[in-house]
Amino acid sequence: MEVAYIIETLIKIVVILLVFSALAGLGTYFERKILAFMQRRLGPMHVGPYGLLQVAADGIKLFTKEDIVPTNAVGPIFKIAPVITAATAFMAAAAIPFLPQFTLPFTDYVVHPIVADVNIGILYVLGVMAVGFYGPLLGSLASSNKFALISAARAASVFISYEVITGLSLLAPLMMVGSFSLIDFNNYQAGGIGDWIIWSQPVAFLLFWIAAFAETGRTPFHLVANDHEIIDGFGTEYSGMRWGLFFIGEYANMFFISFVIVLLFLGGFGDGSVLGAFAFLGKMAFFFFFFLWTRAAWPDIRPDQLMWLCWKVLMPIALINVVITGFVMMF
Amino acid sequence: MEAIAFYTFAILTTVMFLITVLTNHALYALSALAAGMIFISAFFFLLGADFLGAIQIIVYTGAVMALYAFGMMFFDTTRDVVEKRNSPQLVFGLSGLAALTVVAIFTAPIVSGNITALYPVIDGVGNSQQVGMVLFTKYLIPFEVAAVMLLVAMIAGIVLAGKKMDHSLTLMKEEEIERQTNEKAQV
Repeated sequence: MEVAYIIETLIKIVVILLVFSALAGLGTYFERKILAFMQRRLGPMHVGPYGLLQVAADGIKLFTKEDIVPTNAVGPIFKIAPVITAATAFMAAAAIPFLPQFTLPFTDYVVHPIVADVNIGILYVLGVMAVGFYGPLLGSLASSNKFALISAARAASVFISYEVITGLSLLAPLMMVGSFSLIDFNNYQAGGIGDWIIWSQPVAFLLFWIAAFAETGRTPFHLVANDHEIIDGFGTEYSGMRWGLFFIGEYANMFFISFVIVLLFLGGFGDGSVLGAFAFLGKMAFFFFFFLWTRAAWPDIRPDQLMWLCWKVLMPIALINVVITGFVMMF
Repeated sequence: MEAIAFYTFAILTTVMFLITVLTNHALYALSALAAGMIFISAFFFLLGADFLGAIQIIVYTGAVMALYAFGMMFFDTTRDVVEKRNSPQLVFGLSGLAALTVVAIFTAPIVSGNITALYPVIDGVGNSQQVGMVLFTKYLIPFEVAAVMLLVAMIAGIVLAGKKMDHSLTLMKEEEIERQTNEKAQV
């Protein structure tokens, strides 16, 4: 293996880690601001201009807080659980192309902004993101707290509900493209807006989008840590940076799943021009914004309602969609 | 590079499954099982079988997650589980013998050099396509049988868990069904 390749990969990993850790912090700021504006408040205003330095203040608070491990908790598992959430979120990012390939200025070195272009890209991303659910599950089982235990049961029920929908809804676009690679998905839609998969697979797009809310644990399906019912669920016993790691994982996941939705259904970065790259980031930003918008607009649903929705409504629709796609492709 | 990765994951996997077997703690056992299953996927990736590696991760995350649900229902997962052991020697002997037999079964063809690849790698075709080709030609019947087995398991699960399934509506006469619904309405 070439030395240059190893160095390039290491640099890409460090850049992704730094950018998305920072974005995860900023994500909490965006969320508080947008929720505030939707509720006709100002949100954080005191630290820095327009409260921009609130992120830094929160960071200092989380890092300096005492790190408490409760007496009855199962120590090793309790400590490793937040790391699972954060680490799997970033591991999933390895197969996502964040920008079209570009040449470094003043040289002719071509950079591919993807850590590993594996030919099973989307399967790998969804699989590793699913492992992220072990974070809340293990954390809540290990903390020996009854609210956390309820949260663990809910984590398991959310997991078995949404996994089926993501898999089945993706099947139809996969049949059309014939590849698991996110780059192939992008190239399939490179011809412009008319080629986007959303026009031929609107049902799959909606189902995948709904499942993305369950996957990231965002508001309509935020059952794992509903603060008005079960305190903070898995986070009840956590303090300081361990608690913070859960949130870095959650916000990073929101960014990554937004990238994936755009790559799968909305043309990704198109033909790879500078305009395409900016459009890619813009579309991603819309989906991130939509996560926050939903949180301001919708109430949470009960766990049994989520299971009913996933198994009895969305799964049959996804199956019918797959069958129809098959028939259309055959004849 | 490959050797380093192989030995790292070999040690990690073995240690994880050792913990699974040796611990008395339900939470340690389940977590080590999940970790071991996910580390196994590394061997698939090392051998170039990307598709099977990803499937290993996806399938076993879900499967072990279901085990956690049972663990939650039956044990206090933060405490050691006290097992009742009547004759540990017998258990040790039998499980040891079973393990040795399995090892012998799988190593015998390797030792005698009787392994031939019936379906050699096709050039210029992706990993997942190759799996599909073999699955839908040579192994079509086992594949379909597995699907039927899953259907049977699903229907059995629904029947076992569903209420009001101890009477067969198709075998009853019209009047009987009506009488039953009327009784229900009165209650």
